[in-house]
Amino acid sequence: MRIVFKTNYMQDIRPWKDGYQLTLYLILLAVVAAAPWWLDDFYLGELTNVLIWAIAGLGLMILTGHTGQASLGHAAFLAFGCYANVVLIEAGVPFLIAFPVAGILTGIAGVTVAIPALRLHGIYLAIFTLALSILMDDIIVLAEPITGGVAGKYLGGVEIFGFLVDRWATPAPFFWLVLGVAVLVTLGYINLLRSPLGRSFIAVRDSEVSAQAMGVDIARTKMISFALSCAVTGWAGALMGLYAGAFNNETFSVLISIQLLMMIVIGGLGSIHGAFLGAIVIGFLPQFLSISKEYVGALFGGNTVAIPGLEFGIFGMILIGFILFEPMGLYGRWLKIRTWFELFPFYRKDMFKRQKSYLKTERLR
Amino acid sequence: MSLLEFENVTLKFGGLTAVDDLSFSVEQGEVFAIVGPNGAGKSTVFNLISRFYDPSNGAIRFDGHDLLQVKPSGVADHGVARTFQNIELFEHATVLQNLLVGRHRHRRTNLISDILFTRAARRQELESREKVEQIIDFLDLQAFRDKMISGLPYGVRKVVEVARALATEPKLLLLDEPASGLSVEETTDMRWWIDDIRRQMGITVLMVEHDMGLVSGVSDRVLAMADGAKLALGTPAQVQSHPAVVEAYLGKAS
Repeated sequence: MRIVFKTNYMQDIRPWKDGYQLTLYLILLAVVAAAPWWLDDFYLGELTNVLIWAIAGLGLMILTGHTGQASLGHAAFLAFGCYANVVLIEAGVPFLIAFPVAGILTGIAGVTVAIPALRLHGIYLAIFTLALSILMDDIIVLAEPITGGVAGKYLGGVEIFGFLVDRWATPAPFFWLVLGVAVLVTLGYINLLRSPLGRSFIAVRDSEVSAQAMGVDIARTKMISFALSCAVTGWAGALMGLYAGAFNNETFSVLISIQLLMMIVIGGLGSIHGAFLGAIVIGFLPQFLSISKEYVGALFGGNTVAIPGLEFGIFGMILIGFILFEPMGLYGRWLKIRTWFELFPFYRKDMFKRQKSYLKTERLR
Repeated sequence: MSLLEFENVTLKFGGLTAVDDLSFSVEQGEVFAIVGPNGAGKSTVFNLISRFYDPSNGAIRFDGHDLLQVKPSGVADHGVARTFQNIELFEHATVLQNLLVGRHRHRRTNLISDILFTRAARRQELESREKVEQIIDFLDLQAFRDKMISGLPYGVRKVVEVARALATEPKLLLLDEPASGLSVEETTDMRWWIDDIRRQMGITVLMVEHDMGLVSGVSDRVLAMADGAKLALGTPAQVQSHPAVVEAYLGKAS
């Protein structure tokens, strides 16, 4: 087991534990950044898709994983970010300005939604945001002059400093663009978590009563969380629009919202790793399913009928499995495996078992 | 001028009078205990100070400010910190993070500098950490610094809650049953810590406690309550022998 001796508070404040960990992450980043050279265009596209989902997952993770506000409406913010980006680009704004602005606008939209949602807890907030997601569909149809309605919109590549960045024509630069955004968002997220603001999010999630007693303004904190979460989701939406090329009111359906929430639960709520691990599962599962379906079909005599709803059925089963057996998600499982190796042979089965949680002050709710 | 003043405070929940025309004041630098049978309104007094409830009548003043004009999250900014009867810690965070949340009212950074983690944010983190470490040393929590709250035993959680309250650097510390559920040794530790909090840190302590050994050992003045009203106020010895208090606890002598 590696033991890091701490001699300086900066060792706790900086994002990496020691040089070894930093090196590992830099190698990972370098390997991923070099993906265009070791992956063919199809899988590069899939990897790009995973990264976009991861960004959206990070956005939802801020709100659900760290502030404890369940949202089933984040597809609405994906759509908002996507359309804001496209509308700005069509108005002649260069992508490098349109993209950040699209995110900021989505953040503002998020705050507007947050104001009435502030008093809602748990399941009620989930229902409220679910309604929002359904409404967004209609809003896009109704706002036809801006959004193109049911016919939708089409967006080819964008230009950055005269270079064409397009999913089909130039997949590598598009991948780097997505990777760059993912890295920036992750760095911002890490900074958030080690600063007072991020800790106030966690405080609101775990105990509103005592967060308030510590001087955390609950309403304000939730609003900031909504703003940041929606801004990041908006960027993911803008990238999704670029990735899809063409989109309409049905691209960002309620199912996308549910898939997003499932993704961060499977990955592990309350961790940055969770968003990425969940995105890998959600991103590659359809491919994995279609490949294994062909394989199973071949096994039983070439029968490859499409089974409607198979994908969501399997997603659902995976989700139930995680909630029952691994509530901490893939990241939690990884922590256990790592601890097992680090402590070998001293790992105990109940090492991660939680102490019984003591009665909380219920009467103030 | 008293640090905390209650003036004819009444709180009614429908037909129930939880706090009945209560007046008392806590002086700077003292340990003030509130005792009374269950349902006497002791914790309600704390929740009034924390502004979770609005009194139906009366005034609460803290350090020259009208506390009733302050919103719940602003009470900590005025220098009041508290613990809860049924521990309210941030379960899925480490002890260190819990204490750092206590530093929230001293933050000077904003959204942008937090996300960019500027030089100022870094400096602030170091300062907070130093303050928190002093409290960790003071309350002997070194062994638990990086442990999750959800894995800690009850007795340690109790201490962490006191530590988190101290991390706000309060003028007034409200302890809601600091010794409930603690072993005899832990209660003795708590008694000396409360003494040290007052003597070394110069923090005024207001506590609700049932353990009369702790109350008489550490407090300067005691307020006895029953059914939301004041029964007696004085030194621990005076209050313990006060006929009304004896009656409230033991019933009338026949």
